[in-house]
Amino acid sequence: MAKPFPFSAIVGQTEMKLALMIAATDPGIGGVLVFGDRGTGKSTAVRALAGLLPKIPMIPGCPYNSHPDSPVEDSLDDSTTEGGPPPAKDMPVPVVDLPLGATEDRVVGALDLERALAEGVKAFEPGLLARANRGFLYIDEVNLLEDHLVDLLLDVAASGENLVEREGLSIRHPARFVLIGSGNPEEGELRPQLLDRFGLSIEVGTPDNVKDRIDVIRRRDEYDRDPAAFVKAWARKDAALRRKITKARDALDKVKVPDPVMEKLTALCLALGTDGLRGELTLLRAGRAAAALDGKDKVTVDHVKRIAGPALRHRLRRDPLDEAGSSVRVARAVQETLG
Amino acid sequence: MTEAQATGADLWRDAVLAARLFAIDPHGLGGIRVCARPGPVRDAWTGLLRPLLPKGAPLRKVPVNVTPGRLLGGLDLAATLDAGRPVAEPGLLGECDGGVLMLAMAERAGPGTAAHIAQALDRGVAVAERDGLASTVPARFGAVLFDESLDGDGAGGDGGPPPVLLDRLAFMIDLDPVSTAAMGDPPAVRAVKRARTLYPEIEASSEISDALAQASLALGIPSLRPLMFALKAARAHAALDGRRNVTEADAAAAARLVLAPRATVLPSPPEEAPEDDDPPPEPDPPDQDPPDTEDTPPSEEELIQALADMVLAAAQAAIPPGLLAQLKAGRKTGSGSREGKSGALQSASGRGRPAGLSRGRADRSNRLNVIETLRAAAPWQPLRRNRSGDRADDDSGLGRIQVRKDDFRFTRYKQRAGTTTVFVVDASGSAALHRLAEVKGAVELMLAECYVRRDQVALIAFRGETADLILPPTRSLVRAKRTPAGLPGGGGTPLAAGLDAAEHLAQAIRRKGQTPVIVVMTDGRANVARDGTPDRAMAGADATLAAQRFRAAGLLSILVDASPRPQAAAERLAREMDAIYLPLPHAKADAVTQAVAGVRTSGGR
Repeated sequence: MAKPFPFSAIVGQTEMKLALMIAATDPGIGGVLVFGDRGTGKSTAVRALAGLLPKIPMIPGCPYNSHPDSPVEDSLDDSTTEGGPPPAKDMPVPVVDLPLGATEDRVVGALDLERALAEGVKAFEPGLLARANRGFLYIDEVNLLEDHLVDLLLDVAASGENLVEREGLSIRHPARFVLIGSGNPEEGELRPQLLDRFGLSIEVGTPDNVKDRIDVIRRRDEYDRDPAAFVKAWARKDAALRRKITKARDALDKVKVPDPVMEKLTALCLALGTDGLRGELTLLRAGRAAAALDGKDKVTVDHVKRIAGPALRHRLRRDPLDEAGSSVRVARAVQETLG
Repeated sequence: MTEAQATGADLWRDAVLAARLFAIDPHGLGGIRVCARPGPVRDAWTGLLRPLLPKGAPLRKVPVNVTPGRLLGGLDLAATLDAGRPVAEPGLLGECDGGVLMLAMAERAGPGTAAHIAQALDRGVAVAERDGLASTVPARFGAVLFDESLDGDGAGGDGGPPPVLLDRLAFMIDLDPVSTAAMGDPPAVRAVKRARTLYPEIEASSEISDALAQASLALGIPSLRPLMFALKAARAHAALDGRRNVTEADAAAAARLVLAPRATVLPSPPEEAPEDDDPPPEPDPPDQDPPDTEDTPPSEEELIQALADMVLAAAQAAIPPGLLAQLKAGRKTGSGSREGKSGALQSASGRGRPAGLSRGRADRSNRLNVIETLRAAAPWQPLRRNRSGDRADDDSGLGRIQVRKDDFRFTRYKQRAGTTTVFVVDASGSAALHRLAEVKGAVELMLAECYVRRDQVALIAFRGETADLILPPTRSLVRAKRTPAGLPGGGGTPLAAGLDAAEHLAQAIRRKGQTPVIVVMTDGRANVARDGTPDRAMAGADATLAAQRFRAAGLLSILVDASPRPQAAAERLAREMDAIYLPLPHAKADAVTQAVAGVRTSGGR
C-alpha cells in the first residue's frame, strides 16, 4: 500500500485538522466524528493522521501493543519469554481500520482456529480491538455499521477493556483507543448513544471557491501520479506538525485554565442546555489541548471559541423543527456568551 | 433519420467515447454508470469495452446479492475441511485487480456491498477482517454499474445505485433510448492502446483546470471527486487524440460526460429549479457569449472566463431535459438505506441483524454458521480422534475434523420490524401550502423520534394532474430537511393518482421487507381523473377504484381529514380504503405525529 496522503497537504478544513490534532495530543478526549458530504476528503484526513503521529514505545510483536513498562499478560499463551524486562522499541501508533462487514470474531478476537484445529491448543487470537490498543480505531461509514457491533464498541470504548467470553475462552485485555468515525448524514443518522460517545464532532463541506477546489484536485492528482515524491515534498511540513503534537503532549498537564475562562465555559454550556457534564469536560480538555498545540500555558477565550462547535454541537437537545442546524445554534450561543 | 434515432445515435456515441476513455485508466477514472436493461444494446456495449481494456485484464461480473465474504475474501470451506486448517479464499474485489468489476442491477445493491466496493475504489486494496482471517490484497479496478431502475416508474421507482458508489465513478451513460439501429461500428482498439502509454505524460494547463472547477461550481456539484474525474477525462481525451496538450475541446467533452449528468442547478439565468413539468430552459443565455472580440487582446482572466463559459455551455447542452426535476424529487440521488433484496418477496428468515448464535438443529429460521461450528468443534478434536481410534491419518483427508451435532452453531437473526410511513398529501387547493408545511413538520418530528428504531418516512404530494414522490423513503433527517417545503399549490385534486402512487410505493416497501403505513391527508373530494381530465364524476369513480385496490392490498392506512369541518366524502373514502378515519381540523405537525404513533403502536385496528 502506498504511503498515506500527507496531512499538511490537505487544503482548508481547519476545524477537522484541529480536531484530529487535538485527539492526537490528548487521546482521552473521546474520539472524533467527521460527518459531511461525499468527496470532502474525510477519510483522506483520517488516514493522513496515521502518518503524522509520533512513535510510541512498544513491545515488538505484542498483539496488544503493550507499553514495555506494563506488558499485558497473555493468560493462555505461555510462549512469552520469561524473566527480564521485555524489549522495547519505538513503533508507529496503530491506526486500525474497522471495515464495514467485519465479523464480530475479528473485532473482539476469538479462538485461534488454526492452532485449535492443527495442534489442539486453545489459544486466543486477538482481534481488531487488541490491535487498536493505544492507537486509533477508524470506522468509515460509521452510520452504516451493524447495530450489534456498535453496541460492542460502545461498551469497550467506555470501559477501555475488551472482555471476551466465547468458545470456552475467558479473556480480558486493555483496549484503549481513540475512536474516529466518519460518514455521510444522508445515509442515515447515528444512534444518539454512539453520538454522545464521540468527544468532538466535525461537519465538513467542500470548499466553494475555485482556487481551493483547484488546489485540492491538483495536490490529489500529484499524489496519485507519484505518491512517494509527493509525500517526500511535504515531509518537512508534516514533521513540523509532528513536533508540535509531541511538544503539546508534554505540555498538556501544565496548561492552566484561568477562572474567568472557566466561568465563560460553564456559561456557554448552560446557555446551550447541553445534557450532563460531558460537554463541559470535553470543552475543558479540548481547550487545554488547543492551547498546548498553540504553545500557550493558559487557555484563552479564543481557544474556547475555536473548539466550541466540535465539542458541543452533537450534544444539543434535538429540536427537529428548528431549521437552523446545531452548528448555528452553537455559534449563536458563543456570540452571546463569549462576545 | 427520426429525432429519436438521432438522440439514440448521440447517446451511443457518448457511450462509446466513455468506454474508450475509461479503458485508458480504469482505476483512475473509477468507472461508468450505465443506465440500461439487459438487451442487445447493452451486450454490444459490453462487447466493445472488453477488447479496449489492457490485455489480460480481468472483467468480472459480480452479482448484486454477493455475500461480503465472497466480495472481500473469506474462509474456503471445502479446502479448510480438507486441510484441517483455515484456508483463505480470495475475494472478488481482489480478483478484479487491474481490470473491471461489473455489477448488474446496481440499484439493488445494499449499503454493505456498496461500501466495500467504494472503499476498494478509494484505496486500491481490499481489506478483509472476516472468519478469523485478515487480509489485504491489491484491488485496483474500475467499476461498471448497470443501473436497471425504471425512472418512469412513478413513485415506486427504485432510486438508482447507491450514491456512495456513484460519486466514485467518472462517467454516466444512458443506453435505454438507444436502438440497435443507432449503434455504429466498434471503435479502433489501437488508439486506446496508444493513448494509454501517452496518458501519464499529459498535463492539463491551469486554465483548463480553472475552467472545469468553475463549471463544477456553477452546476452545483459540491463533491470534489467529479471535478477530479473531469480533469482526468480531459487528459484521457487528449491522449485518445494523440495530443500532449489538453485543449478546450477535451475540457468540453469531459464536462459533457462527467459534469453534466451530476448537475443539480442550472446556471444563469437565475431560475428556481423547475417546479413544473416543463423541461428546463435550454442553455445559451445571452451572458454566456464569449467576451466581445475587440481589437485589444483579451486579458488572461477574460480568457479563463471565456473558456469556463465554453466548458459550462458544453455541459449544459448535455443536461437531459427533466433531469433536474428528477433530482428535485430525489430519485437520482437515491434514498438512505436499502438492502439488496433481489426482487421477489423473501421469507423473514435470514433477514435483519444477526442477534447472536444458538446451538441445536437447523430449521428454516436460522442459518448454519460454519466458522462458529468449526470453532465449537475445534477444542474436542484430540479427544475425538483418540476415541475413534485416530483414523485421521489413514483416511484420505476425510474425517480429519470431527464435527458432532452438538457443535452446530446457527446464526439467529433478529427481524428488524422496520416501518416506513408514507405520507400522501393533497397539495391542491388553497390550503395546500399550510397542509404541506405541517406534514413536512410531522415528517421531521417522526424522523427525529424514530431514528433509534431506524424507521423510515416518505412523502408523496399530489396536485394538478400528477402525484410526485417528494421524499423517497429515508431515515435521514438531513434529507428530509432538504426537501422543498413550498411547492406550488393549487390546481385540481388527482386523488386517484395520489392513491395509486402510494399503493405502488407501499408494494416496493414491502418487497424490501419493511412494513408500510400510509397516512393520507385529504378532504376526499377528487376532481381530476386518472388520465388527467378535470371531470368530477370520473375522478370520484377513479378514486373509489384506487381506494378499493388499497383495501385489496391490505395496507395499514390512516386517512387524516384536515378540513375545518369533517367531510363526508373523506369518511366514505376511508371506508372504501379500509383506513382509519381521523378528522383533525387544522392539523398541526405534532397532532399528526401523535395520531400516527398511536395507530401504529396499537397495531392498527
